[in-house]
Parts: sequence; structure tokens; C-alpha cells
Amino acid sequence: MKICYFAWMREKMDMAEEELTLPTTIKTVADLMDFLKKRDEKGAHAFDDSSLLRVAVNQSFANFDHPLSDSDEVAFFPPVTGG
Amino acid sequence: MKISVQHDDFDVSTESLRLTESNPAIGAVVSFVGHVRDTSHNQNLVDMTLEHYPGMTEKQLSEIAVEAQKRWHLEDLTIIHRVGALKPTEQIVLVITASSHRQDAFEAAQFLMDWLKTKAPFWKKETTKDGQSQWVEALDSDNDAANKWINPKT
Repeated sequence: MKICYFAWMREKMDMAEEELTLPTTIKTVADLMDFLKKRDEKGAHAFDDSSLLRVAVNQSFANFDHPLSDSDEVAFFPPVTGG
Repeated sequence: MKISVQHDDFDVSTESLRLTESNPAIGAVVSFVGHVRDTSHNQNLVDMTLEHYPGMTEKQLSEIAVEAQKRWHLEDLTIIHRVGALKPTEQIVLVITASSHRQDAFEAAQFLMDWLKTKAPFWKKETTKDGQSQWVEALDSDNDAANKWINPKT
């Protein structure tokens, strides 16, 4: 799975993207967020308040209960501020 | 339809003419240009850097454009959004709608901007003269503006 981070999520995670082999226990976006939060200090900081985060799965906005598979591209970022 | 995410600046007249010059059915063109604004009012802003999600940005802008074409009678439209480091007063975004009549062009232009601001994955980071930089926070008023358009007009 490819995971992308944008804006302050990229800064907090200290990377723009990563490849992750999806552990079988991860079924949804919320599971993945929990996994990343517990993985290390950066994750704990970045995923501390999920209400500040928005998610895209395969480049479409998704809810936290969206199911995941290993071929998905998931992105985490703050609410958008373009225009 | 033209959708472009680019660092380069754009020229409104050129883009407008590109829509109208070969289409005599167009009787109304509305253009909106967003500029880099110094919200501090003290001229503290050095630059604003726009980051985006390549791939998803173009996909979202296309979906928003298609939705506009479903809801209003549009002959054509253009969306250009700049990315990278921009200085105060520079142009950021251009939306042009072209229609036979003004009502559709006006409404569609407003819709495109309202949805772009909440659905297209761009993020702004401001750098000020004191060397500090911070991410711009999303506004509730932008969500409210976008939510007005959830249900198509009947």
C-alpha cells in the first residue's frame, strides 16, 4: 500500500509518502490510523487528533470506516485551503 | 473544458478569448480571479506556498467541472490553479464560465469556486517577515458556502 502525507501531516510524519505491506489486522482507514499512531512517536504526534484529519482512498475523499486493501493509495492531510 | 494546475501565471484576457473566439453561441462570460492576500493587514506576508496532491487535484477539479456542466447550461469553462511559492498580490486561481446567458455563467462560476475551496486538495502555507511560517486553517464559512450547493436547484 502507498500512503501519502500532505501539508502539516507531511511535516509531522517527516515524509511525503511510504510503502507499507498492509498487516492483515487492518481492515479500514481507522485501523490504519490506529496502527500508524502506535507505530512511533511521529505517528503518535501526527494522528493525535483525528478530527483535524481528512482522508483520501485512491484519490477520492473517504470516511474513516472506508475498507482498505493492499493495492490502495491512502492519503492523510488537513482540511483543504485552496482557491 | 480546460483544467490546469501550474506554477506559471495566467492571463485572463487570453484565457477568456480562447473560449469565445470560435463559439458564437456564447453570450456571457464570467471570470473570477483569486489573489494572494495578506490577511495580517500589516504587509507582513512574504510569500504563500501552495501545495497540492498531484493526480487527485486534477481528478477533483474535473469532477467539480462536470457537476457544473450538469447543473447549468455552459458552453465551456476553464479552471486554472497555481501551485508553488507566490507573492502577495499575485494571481492564484482563475475560473471562467461561458454560457449563452449570464445567469448560468454567474451561478456556475460561484459554484465552481465554492466547491473548489472545499473539495480540491490544495494547502496554503504563509511565510511572514519574522521568518515564521504556518499552514492556513480551513474556514467554516467556506464549508457553509460549499454546502449551499449540495442540492441542485429544482
